[in-house]
Amino acid sequence: MLTGPAPAWADEETPAEPPRVELVLDVSGSMRARDIDGRSRISVAQQAFNEVVDALPEETQLGIRVLGATYKGKDKKVGCQDTQQIVPVGQVDRTQAKAAVATLRPTGFTPVGLALRSAAQDLGTGATARRIVLITDGEDTCAPPDPCEVARELAAQGTKLVVDTLGLAPDDKVRRQLLCIANATGGTYTAAQSADELTGRIKQLVDRARDTYTAAPAVVGGSAGCPDAPLLAPGVYTDREQFSEHRWYRVPVRPGQELRASVSIALDRPVNPDYGVLLRATAPDGRELVRGVDAGSGRTDVVSAGLRWSAAADTDADADEGETPSPAPGDADAAPTTVCLVVSNAFAPRPGTRATPGMPIELTVDVVASSPAPGGPDLGRGWVLLVLLTLAGLLTGLVAGLLTRWWVATWREN
Amino acid sequence: MRTPLIRSGAALAAATALALPAGPALAGPPPAARDALAAPTPSPGAATVTKAGTSFLTATAITAGQPVQVGASTGDHLYWSFPGHAGQIHEIAATVGFPKGRTGASTWTVEVFDGLRRRQACTAGAQTPTATAAATSVTLGCTLRQVRSWAEPWSADPLPGTYYVRLSVVDLPEPDLGLPVDVDLLVSDVGDGDAPADDGELRAPLVPNTKAGTVLTGEPAAAPAEEEGESLLTGWLPEGSSRWIWTTVGGVLAAVAGVVGFALTRRPRRP
Repeated sequence: MLTGPAPAWADEETPAEPPRVELVLDVSGSMRARDIDGRSRISVAQQAFNEVVDALPEETQLGIRVLGATYKGKDKKVGCQDTQQIVPVGQVDRTQAKAAVATLRPTGFTPVGLALRSAAQDLGTGATARRIVLITDGEDTCAPPDPCEVARELAAQGTKLVVDTLGLAPDDKVRRQLLCIANATGGTYTAAQSADELTGRIKQLVDRARDTYTAAPAVVGGSAGCPDAPLLAPGVYTDREQFSEHRWYRVPVRPGQELRASVSIALDRPVNPDYGVLLRATAPDGRELVRGVDAGSGRTDVVSAGLRWSAAADTDADADEGETPSPAPGDADAAPTTVCLVVSNAFAPRPGTRATPGMPIELTVDVVASSPAPGGPDLGRGWVLLVLLTLAGLLTGLVAGLLTRWWVATWREN
Repeated sequence: MRTPLIRSGAALAAATALALPAGPALAGPPPAARDALAAPTPSPGAATVTKAGTSFLTATAITAGQPVQVGASTGDHLYWSFPGHAGQIHEIAATVGFPKGRTGASTWTVEVFDGLRRRQACTAGAQTPTATAAATSVTLGCTLRQVRSWAEPWSADPLPGTYYVRLSVVDLPEPDLGLPVDVDLLVSDVGDGDAPADDGELRAPLVPNTKAGTVLTGEPAAAPAEEEGESLLTGWLPEGSSRWIWTTVGGVLAAVAGVVGFALTRRPRRP
């Protein structure tokens, strides 16, 4: 109790790769509109990009991709293939990047879905999170593919990918589309009303990419039952779970150890307003050990539950039962117990909500030394204790004094 | 002969009286953690945090007494994490400033989770206030329960470790999403510094393991024998706490009272 907890970031290892971000800018014809502080949308975006490139953190690898920048024709089929990477993801040459941004002129269609897919390819795969910042003023004019479906599909692939969206003077349709993209990938949505807002927000997102990109969990696939469930070491995992699905995992826990697990399910699609998540730990024979549960209502990003369970208590319980079907061979004290974890959810899809791929799960597993129940206190505390001890002392003194007096009197007489 | 005894007894009693006020004070958390006592004001010299995370894993670490000022978009879920120690009572105060031209009322919430992402109850404070369309800001608050030093694994009581704060908007007209907001947040320790009334100690604080996990391929072999990390003496003695002081003082008082009691039974001194 006198020692505090260590900070959570105490033993973070240095990541192998630098943070990678790609800015995806819409240069479609609608960017000509002069409705942000009396300036055209594209000039505001260009100014913001220049400032972001100037303020770029040294280690961040930045790429810039544009869409609708070159094709001037009317052929939708051709126009919807119009996306180029004008600055490759890597160490940024500031002069070159600014020059590339300065030449952009509002031109063509808005193939957002294709641009997102290409941006994900530009960023490559790896162990850490990647971030795409999508800046657009208009609705996708090239669906299919629907950009929101593309975002969900990209998020479900192995690499952790976050898409933050920025709407320039957005209307209702654009806002809904950008919100959908952001929700599907765990990103954010911002409506930029001025050049300052746009610049500040892009800078914030680029900084956030640098601060948080190492927090990418390992991908795991839970099974439909306990016996064949993946065996997890302590750490953070990610998985996908569909509506009404149960996902099982196993964790070895030794006697004297405590299992800690928490789970978050992200609401990456529209669901009915009331929902819940349940995380249960069971013994291999199906007996429930402990459960964590949370429920909610209304708008949120994730619903989380967690649990703790100590192995020592269960060993006792098994000994009491006396007839465990598979007694641990050899040293019973050190043999790990396997605890099954099952994640289930109580989400209800709205009409038209797609069920696949499932909703993202984040599972944290840790196994630490268990904290035994304290015995009775060996020492006391409080004023009553002091009064009691003082009275006892006084009484003892009085009795001792009286006895001594009596004894001295008797001794004198004899 | 009697006089020196009584005199030394009086000295002892005086020493005890001096020691008594120190008793409970010694039991409190280390001085650094007690800076933010009483009112929710920032600690002097604490650097302002201008960042916020967007998930449990990316929560921005802050400490009690450290003010947070960050610009965000309406609809963002903002996460911070702060360490909690046994005996502390945390109070979270947040203010969200709005831009003009919102279309309707919005409801905001500040939620607190422990290191295992278990929801923590607020004992006081406006956790879910609603701001009218004309309001320029809304104030949120949440006072947590006192952090205990130990609790049953099956309970969800607050324990030492990491705490997460999530600030978000739960209900609003859709057109207001994405608008810029200014968020001020302050977590302060308003505990009176008293140690919790619990015995027992949490061996490992509830600090989540944030490393990427690894899937094991086979059942792990029987464990290496767990060696007893503690010596016999430290395992047998109760851990350091204010109970040591109280009990020692009680013993001294008892001894003094014993001497006084013994002295009372003597014949009164002849004039």
